[in-house]
Amino acid sequence: MREITYLQAIYEAQREEMQRDARVFIMGEDLESSVYGTTRGFTEEFGRERVRNTPLSENGFVGAAAGAAMVGLRPIVDINIASFMYVAMDQLVSIVAKATYMYGGQARVPLVIRAAMFYNGANAAQHSDRPYPMFMNMPGLKIIAPSSPYDIKGLLKTAIRDDDPVLCFEDATLWFTKEAVPEEEYLIPLGQAAVKREGRDVTVVAVAGAVRQALDAAQVLAQEGISVEVVDPRSLVPLDVATILASVEKTGRLVVVDPAHQTCSAASEIAALVAERGFWSLSAPIVRVATPDVHVPFSPPLERQLYPTSERIVAAVRQTLRESAASA
Amino acid sequence: MTPDFLLEMYRRILRIRYFDEAAVELVRQGELPGVAHTTIGQEAEVVGACMAVRVDDYMVGNHRSHGHPIGKGADMKRLMAELLGKVTGVNRGKGGSMHLADFSVGSVGETSIVGSGVPVAAGAALAARMLGTDRVCLCFFGDGATNEGAFHEGLNLAAIWKLPVIYLCENNQYAVTTPAAEVVAVRNIADRARAYDIPGVVVDGQDPVAVYEVVSEAVQRARQGLGPSLIEAKTYRYLEHAEGLPIAAQYRTAEEVAAWKARDPVVTFRQRLIQEGVATPEALDQVVAAVRAEVAEAVAYARSSPYPDPEEAFTGVYSTPVGGVR
Ligand SMILES: Cc1ncc(C[n+]2csc(CCOP(=O)(O)OP(=O)(O)O)c2C)c(N)n1
Ligand SMILES: [Mg+2]
Repeated sequence: MREITYLQAIYEAQREEMQRDARVFIMGEDLESSVYGTTRGFTEEFGRERVRNTPLSENGFVGAAAGAAMVGLRPIVDINIASFMYVAMDQLVSIVAKATYMYGGQARVPLVIRAAMFYNGANAAQHSDRPYPMFMNMPGLKIIAPSSPYDIKGLLKTAIRDDDPVLCFEDATLWFTKEAVPEEEYLIPLGQAAVKREGRDVTVVAVAGAVRQALDAAQVLAQEGISVEVVDPRSLVPLDVATILASVEKTGRLVVVDPAHQTCSAASEIAALVAERGFWSLSAPIVRVATPDVHVPFSPPLERQLYPTSERIVAAVRQTLRESAASA
Repeated sequence: MTPDFLLEMYRRILRIRYFDEAAVELVRQGELPGVAHTTIGQEAEVVGACMAVRVDDYMVGNHRSHGHPIGKGADMKRLMAELLGKVTGVNRGKGGSMHLADFSVGSVGETSIVGSGVPVAAGAALAARMLGTDRVCLCFFGDGATNEGAFHEGLNLAAIWKLPVIYLCENNQYAVTTPAAEVVAVRNIADRARAYDIPGVVVDGQDPVAVYEVVSEAVQRARQGLGPSLIEAKTYRYLEHAEGLPIAAQYRTAEEVAAWKARDPVVTFRQRLIQEGVATPEALDQVVAAVRAEVAEAVAYARSSPYPDPEEAFTGVYSTPVGGVR
């Protein structure tokens, strides 16, 4: 099978959906020139009306996308770097997330917001955010955080067809990773986790770019005879709690890995859910591996150490095994 | 303008006035939860603008927009039921006074975060055009909203994309207690249109016909693809910022309030209809009685409607439900 990158997968998903449905259009800054290649050739193919270059007005164009969605279009907003979502917080929270509920079901907001998480690249505090947990705390938004080319293509296509607002957090550390992706059309439903590696001893739930570190850690631990199961939720809202719980029931141990800041992270929510609903399957305390609650510093040696690494995951897995052995 | 049309204007002005008077009463009696921002005093600009668009045109309002769906022809029963938090309300009791939406008359939602409706209206207008219709969007907001970033971003978007949207600033002179004159750098809010190279027009908001005329012109431009307009209707709210909100500050003089009330559209428009021979006082009295009965019926409907089942709170967060809301 052919291999494509994460960015190519985004390009294909958008292009296929725009070909399929004339109501789909895309808006954002510098789209026509397609800085990252996800809209390459779109202007020629779809015209400027559907490939809409915006001014630097994130709050304005997110709001305009919401208004367009409420009366029948299906916009994709490329907001570029996720840190820029804060400028559009008013529209994201007060309109996009709330309109369906607040207007008693009269409004649908079929809108996709694509946001690249641009971390671990010396972009410092204001350009390196992984802000999906903030939005998990806001009802009304669906949230995906795909970790591979195959996943992002299938999930993004589903998101574009979904009748609710979907935030697509794209992990820029994965942009140039390649994977076999079929030419034929496929969709991945929201709310369906993927078991990326099966194992018996410890469950590692990993989010977005951390999935790769988790798989690397599993590889290392396998050499010592420790069998790690890696679960990728893929979508954070809705969250496939059943798959996570089933895995923990099998292994009895949970490590949750999340590139976001630790406090109120996706990892925190997953840990809480397992503590509430899967407590009696646990034979050791849950461990979170996330980014400490400090801002992202510029200098690479300062920055690199902050995010989850396979070493930190290996250590966390060992910790859960040690603690369960100690109590046994 | 036909006599029937003018009479319909009068009818809608009265509907808004009596509807909001009833809302005030319901707040005072503790039947209306929360607070209510009334349109009393501003009815003429609302009706003049709403009657210049078609019922299938879109409309966006703000926290002070009880009257706007009424101006566009909405059924008052379901609006009043919403104000009382009943399941028969337009938003099934989930929106309340500041967030009415009635898609059946093109009211695609009112929003109480000041200024936030301005970009949404641009988007609805964009969709109207992209879907191949000649619909326009009429967007209401206050003087205070024009100091929000969302206002400026929205106007610029509408201008560069030549969107069919009519921005109607209801300059009632104050944002809560802050006079517009103190916080707006230009003399008239309509002057802000110049920054976006779109028409900016000041109109007497107490004259429904004048408002109708300037909005009609803007609507015509919009339908012809000539882009948005900013219209500033000078108007006044008679009551406090919100009924049910104790505001102790003295920020306007009794003389000022009296001067505006002396130009009350409910009174002056009636006089005009009589003077111009559109209707006899008796005919207008009949309209008054009929509207009073409609409002009474709306209140009775709202009162007798059930509250939503508590389960309703857990539905409708998404159009396509996801598990685990609880
Ligand atoms: C963003 C935001 N800031 C503050 C408020 C509180 N607030 C509600 S209405 C209002 C005044 C709005 O004034 P204006 O836009 O002139 O409308 P008016 O109430 O006079 O009709 C304020 C400050 C709010 N709802 N939203
Ligand atoms: Mg005001």
